[in-house]
Amino acid sequence: MADQKASTSIEAVESGLAAQGYIASRQIATAVYLSQQIEKPILVEGPAGVGKTELAKAIAAWRGMKMIRLQCYEGLDEAKALYEWKYAKQLLYTQILKDKLGEVLGGAQTLHAALDQLHDFGDVFFSKEFVEPRPLLQALEQPGGCVLLIDEIDKSDAEFESLLLEILSDFQVTIPELGTVSAITPPTVILTSNSERDLGDALKRRCLHLHIGFPEQRLEERIVESRVHGISQTLRRQMVGFIHEIRSLDLKKLPSVSETIDWARVLVLLQASELDTEIVKDTLNVLLKYEADIEAAAPQVTTFIAKAARSNVFG
Amino acid sequence: MRENLHRFFRAARGAGVRVSPAESIDAMRAVAQVGVSDRAILRDALLLTLAKSQDEKLALGDCFDLFFSQPEPRQEQAEADSEDAAQGTDQSPSSGAASEAAGREPTEGLGPLAQMLLSQDRNAIAAAIASAAGAASLSDIRYSTQRGIFSSRILDAMGLQRLRDDLDALTATNPSLAERLRAGLDALREAVRDTVSQGLALYAREEAENLRNDILRNAPLARIERRQVEEMRALIRKIARRLRERFSKPRKRQRRGHLDVRRTLRRNAAWGGVPFLTAWKRKHRDRPKIVALCDVSGSVAQVSDFFLLLIHSLHEVVDDVRSFAFSSHLIEVSDILETKSPEDAMQEIMSKVGFGSSDYGSALVDFEKEFMSTLTPQTTVIVLGDARSNNLDPRADILRRISERSKRLVWLNPEGRLAWGFGDSEMPRYATFCSVVRQCATAQQLERAVSDIVATYQ
Repeated sequence: MADQKASTSIEAVESGLAAQGYIASRQIATAVYLSQQIEKPILVEGPAGVGKTELAKAIAAWRGMKMIRLQCYEGLDEAKALYEWKYAKQLLYTQILKDKLGEVLGGAQTLHAALDQLHDFGDVFFSKEFVEPRPLLQALEQPGGCVLLIDEIDKSDAEFESLLLEILSDFQVTIPELGTVSAITPPTVILTSNSERDLGDALKRRCLHLHIGFPEQRLEERIVESRVHGISQTLRRQMVGFIHEIRSLDLKKLPSVSETIDWARVLVLLQASELDTEIVKDTLNVLLKYEADIEAAAPQVTTFIAKAARSNVFG
Repeated sequence: MRENLHRFFRAARGAGVRVSPAESIDAMRAVAQVGVSDRAILRDALLLTLAKSQDEKLALGDCFDLFFSQPEPRQEQAEADSEDAAQGTDQSPSSGAASEAAGREPTEGLGPLAQMLLSQDRNAIAAAIASAAGAASLSDIRYSTQRGIFSSRILDAMGLQRLRDDLDALTATNPSLAERLRAGLDALREAVRDTVSQGLALYAREEAENLRNDILRNAPLARIERRQVEEMRALIRKIARRLRERFSKPRKRQRRGHLDVRRTLRRNAAWGGVPFLTAWKRKHRDRPKIVALCDVSGSVAQVSDFFLLLIHSLHEVVDDVRSFAFSSHLIEVSDILETKSPEDAMQEIMSKVGFGSSDYGSALVDFEKEFMSTLTPQTTVIVLGDARSNNLDPRADILRRISERSKRLVWLNPEGRLAWGFGDSEMPRYATFCSVVRQCATAQQLERAVSDIVATYQ
């Protein structure tokens, strides 16, 4: 593609992603830059909701590429991820072949001669026409390159990992009947994982390993700023400070960036100008997804608001 | 730079980050892309390519900071220059002349090291130490006891012998200069010692840890020192992780058993009993179920503690564990172990049943009365204890019934085989009803024992 921007430096990556509304830390930007330069997939790990999937979307939008997404789940296999034969069409083809068999084999006297002619005829039964490309194969066939997002790889079976190895290291797949299909333009591959199970060393070795944790306070404020319009600076600071206090608690599920953004939207909708105990208690269910967590956090709300307000003054 | 990166990879391996050749190539390519001018970016790039998990990232980050904490010569040079310049402008010309005069003192005829020390060229000294460290292959250092030998090797490589000769000669001719040189030598020794310590911290951490773990693994659990308890717990956790990794992966193994004649015949009735389609029996595989009976009386308590810690950190592998503790009276402790931290749990168990004199007979009676129903034909029963029942009735008959009701009965005894049967040990009498009896005094034996038990279910 002509308008494909070559990311010449890490700053360019950072600002490019920022233009798509994705505020990347320097580590993330370095990872994206390196993955383009040395053509390696990025394996992104981190808690749910810190923007792992968003990263892939932002890269695709920024570089003007198509994004192909493969959502992993238990039982995902070759036929759903890589390619499948179009069985119905193959059946039709054999029917047609049967009708035309006389013409093809016309004039053959013996069975042997007929077989020879059949061999000469050329076998299209297993050919490109009858392959139904699934996401992985599609990604290799994009002429302009694409962003291939393999989401939640930890949810898939261990066998599926091995299937990915060839794609990840050489950007090619081997279909036994057809041979090896190589990528026209190597896609940018992003794998995400919630660390539900440990991934194999072979897979990890082929990737750059990026861990996205909860962002620092300043960064999170910038993220909220870019994602939620019409939120005042005081409120933004207060709410991010409050969330950082919440994260220090021992909870079942800590609120992550996506919850922060949701909460900011809720606060804007409720036209809150600053945090107070009442409004926080009413909207705590946006932040915390377990009853036990809400019960654990509720008594601390007042202190946390005070703390957030204080750090606001000094910060 | 390439040399430095290779040394860094070695240091990374020392810090416990597995760096394969392929990864080091990737890291090299990445570094070639980002350059080495910005240390933060270099750090990110190395962390991205080499580390493959969050723990590794932390370890590697520390390693990076330590590795590059050596003062960078060039910067220091600049500082030194500016300092010199500042001094030059501040101080009166006379003192400047004096120092110059001192510099012009007859240093000819001295060895290069002596000249270097006298000229106080920190930059050159640092460079010389670095190259001497390379010559002495400091990166091979493994144990803290090697510090002395590496220090002396580095000093030798720098030309200590020549310096000594110079010192001897100067003491006779120019005592004040000799004094300065001696001070310089002391400073040099210190600098070399620091370099070696840093090298030790960089390259030898994992080796030292392995050695310590090795010793710990084979140390008798019962006689472990208090300060080592924490380390031992960490080791047990490591063992648990290894066992989990080995056994938690669902292995696809042939589950087909013998030919199922009845179903084959029925299925092929349509063909007049000619077996076109065959039906096979499936091998049944059990999920591990473990019932553990642990003696927590004085001598065995420590071993039981570690055993319980191990068996209860195997959730992924063993989904059904029930543990019981006794010295004379037996209680169930599964809940305590599940809900509390290992330290608190053990304390509570001890306060409830610990420190009594052991009475296996009454403990077995308690078990039969209350918990016999927990045993199924799939259960492995593990008894951990020294079988010293203080000459009370051992009630081996109950153990026989337990053995009959369960899949296997494993007895782990922390005492050596030689002691079995002597004094009040009832081991031989109990052993007749056990599927396996083994000694279990060290962490290694504990690991093997548990691993074998779990493996029977695979």
